[in-house]
Order: sequence, then C-alpha cells, then structure tokens
Amino acid sequence: MNFDLGVIQAALPYLWKGMQYTLELTVIATLGGLFFGTLLALARLSSIKPLSLVATGYINLMRSIPLVLVLFWFFFLMPVVIQSLTGAERPPFIGPDRTAIITFIMFEAAYFAEIMRAGIQSISRGQVNAAYALGLNYRQSMTHIILPQAFRNMLPVLLTQTIILFQDTSLVYVISGTDFLGATSKIAQRDSRLVEMYTFAAVVYFVISFSLSLLVKRLQKKIAIIR
Amino acid sequence: MAFNMDWDVFTQDATVADGPWWEYLVAGIGWTLTLSACAWVIALVLGSVIGTLRTTERTWVVQLGNAWVELFRNVPLLVQMFLWYFVVPEFIPPLKRWMVGTEPIYAQFMAAVLCLGLFTSARIAEQVRAGIQSLPRGQRYAGLAVGLTQAQTYRYVLLPMAFRIIIPPLTSETMNLIKNSSIALTIGLAELTFRSREMGELTFQFFPAFAAATVVYIVIAMSANRIMAFIERRVAVPGYIAGGGK
Repeated sequence: MNFDLGVIQAALPYLWKGMQYTLELTVIATLGGLFFGTLLALARLSSIKPLSLVATGYINLMRSIPLVLVLFWFFFLMPVVIQSLTGAERPPFIGPDRTAIITFIMFEAAYFAEIMRAGIQSISRGQVNAAYALGLNYRQSMTHIILPQAFRNMLPVLLTQTIILFQDTSLVYVISGTDFLGATSKIAQRDSRLVEMYTFAAVVYFVISFSLSLLVKRLQKKIAIIR
Repeated sequence: MAFNMDWDVFTQDATVADGPWWEYLVAGIGWTLTLSACAWVIALVLGSVIGTLRTTERTWVVQLGNAWVELFRNVPLLVQMFLWYFVVPEFIPPLKRWMVGTEPIYAQFMAAVLCLGLFTSARIAEQVRAGIQSLPRGQRYAGLAVGLTQAQTYRYVLLPMAFRIIIPPLTSETMNLIKNSSIALTIGLAELTFRSREMGELTFQFFPAFAAATVVYIVIAMSANRIMAFIERRVAVPGYIAGGGK
C-alpha cells in the first residue's frame, strides 16, 4: 500500500479550522467547567444538607454514565425540551457546536468539582478557623484564603484533566461536529484515504498531548519544591 | 412538560429486530458487558506485566514500559478505535482478509476489544507501578535478603501487597472501561448506547430510551463498585490495610 502525504497537505487549511474549533471547545469547556465545578464543590461541601445532596447526586450521575450518552441526551432532547418550555411550533435548531459546548461544560464540571473538593479538603482546618477568627465571612475566607491555595495545590491535576478534556473533545464526532477529528474523518471519507488521515490525526493528538503533559510534569516539580 | 413520553414503547415490537425494544436493549447490555469483560482481562494481564517491568532496574525495560504508557495515554480513545478498525488491518493482509470475510460484528468486536484492552492496560500499568513504588523500600531488600530471587521477591512479597493497595484505583479504571466501551458505537458495534440511540431515532421516544441506558449504566457502575469492595474486604491483610474501604 502507498502512503500519500499529498492528501494531508491538501487538506491542511480545513484541518486547521477543525483544530481551532477543538482548541476553542477545550478552552471554553475548561473555563466553564472550572467555574461550575468550583460552585459544585462548594455546594457538595456545604453544611446545607439539601444543597450538598443535590450536588453529590449530580456529580455521581455525570461520573457514572459515558460522555457519549451525555452528548446524545443533550443533542436529541434539548431541542424538544426547549420547544415544550417555550411552546414553539417546532423544536429550535441548536446544532452540534452549541450542544458540544453546553455538554462539555456540564460534564467536565462534575470532574473538576471532584478535583476542587479534594483541593479544598487538603487545606488544613486551621486556615478556615484563622480566616473566621480574623472576622472574614464565608465568601471572603473562600475567595481570599481557601480557594487560592486549593487552586495552587490542584493545578497539576487540573491541567492533566484539561489534557484529557482536549482528547475527549474528539467525541463531538458522534454528533457530527467538525472538530479536528471530525474534519479529518470527513476528508478521509471524501478521498477514501483513511489510513493517512487517521494516522495523521493520531500523530497530531499525540504530539500536543505529550508536550503538554511534559510541561505539567515540570510545573509539578516546581510547585513541589515550594511546598 | 408537554412533550409526550410513552413508556409503553419498551414492549412494542422493535422494527430492527425480532421481539420488543426491551429485548433489543438487553442484547445491547450483553455486548457492553462482554466487550468490557474481554478488554478487562487483556488490560489486567498486560497492565500488570508492564507496570511491574517499569519498577525493575533495567533502564531500557523501564523506558519501553514508559513509552507504552505515554503512547496509549496521549492519543484520544476514539482515534485509537479508528486506528484499530480502519488502519491496522491495512498493514496486516491476513487480518484484513479475515475482517472482510467475516460477519461485521466479529470484526468490530475484535477491534474494540483490542483497542479498549490496550488503552486500559496503559492506565493499569500506571496504577501497578505506583502501587509497587508506594511500598517501603525495605520490603524489596528484605525479600532479597532472605534469599529470594528478584522474580520471587515480586511474586511473594511486592505484588501481593501492591495489588491490594491499588484495588480502589483499579475499581475506577474498571468503571471507566465500561463507560469507554460506548465509544465502540463509532465503528458500528451495536452495544447499549448504540441501541438506545437507534431506538430513540426509530420511535422518537428519546427520553425513555436514554433514560433506560442511563439507569443501566448506573446499575452496572454500582455493581462493579460493590464487587470490587467485596474483593477488597476478602483479600485484606489483617492489621495492615484497613479492610473494607469504600
């Protein structure tokens, strides 16, 4: 069999567009997931029982079903639910892109929440007590004392999760999203060049994820010395 | 909520198979579990071997093990699935002939088992390595000092303790594997998620279909968790590692 690099070269502009979408999705899902994940972690650790029960239930639910199934839930059901809520005549068109963003934020929030919870719990009780003793309220002690330290402790794990997220975004393929893998597979099928295109995709994902994980390792060493 | 939900849909005839829809979904659960079980065996065997090799003193063996782990960890599972199904057979002509000649489901199953097994083996190798390295160094020295060979030290001293320590992370890897098996739907393997989507698309009853799949995944995850906790209790060394766990 012959390996035709020309196919890849010709498709590069299109693939780059796909990669931009992949990166965009990764960044948005990370930031959104971090935001909601932190709220979820705080809710889970909250002393208000119902709040902590709801948060725990949500986190466990998201962590026990496959991401593919979550994508399907939102892709097929959100239009119908919105239609029934607004009373519109037809289900609104949401499309794979917006579905992916919403799904990934909601899914990753559960994973980030567990990381954040571990981070918050790693801060010694004395810190909280000291903050209260100084007269800070809950919100102030969280934003100024606990969360900055928790974020720092958890930074390597958070970044590793982001690398996993970067790889997981390839799953938008199942709802026909055109991310990097989606673009690759569209070209592969159009030109019947599956071997070249999928090998290329694997190499690109590997190079990016591997370099990022090396960076995380270096960062980890740096942080470990300071502590 | 106004949208119509028809829970009787499960007893209606499946348009794509003999029997009602619930039977069609149950057959999907069978594929999900069979796929996960086969992949799990491969992953555990390979992962243990590679994880152990990564703690030996031969540098090139360690590096080979590290390369294995990095390779499978840094390529998305979905891409690996495509590689095993579309790309690898192109380089192995006999395999290609077999895949073209046999029923598609066997070809899909084989590719999915290999893909999930090797992917998970890299993750288990990492757990096994961490487990062995978390043991006090004195254990290895003690084993060698009483005259055991290196292999015997691993077999009778290090591995029995390491495997007990890593049962909790192994549990979550097992659950990840079961969830990851849904990715086999991208190469057409009709496992649970595939079938629930098909049922939704053909009956327009997405909610009951996905709800059923979700409940099944939760039940499977909880059962896997219970089984592993049971094993953990059964094999706990009295007075060393707190028996039970969560």
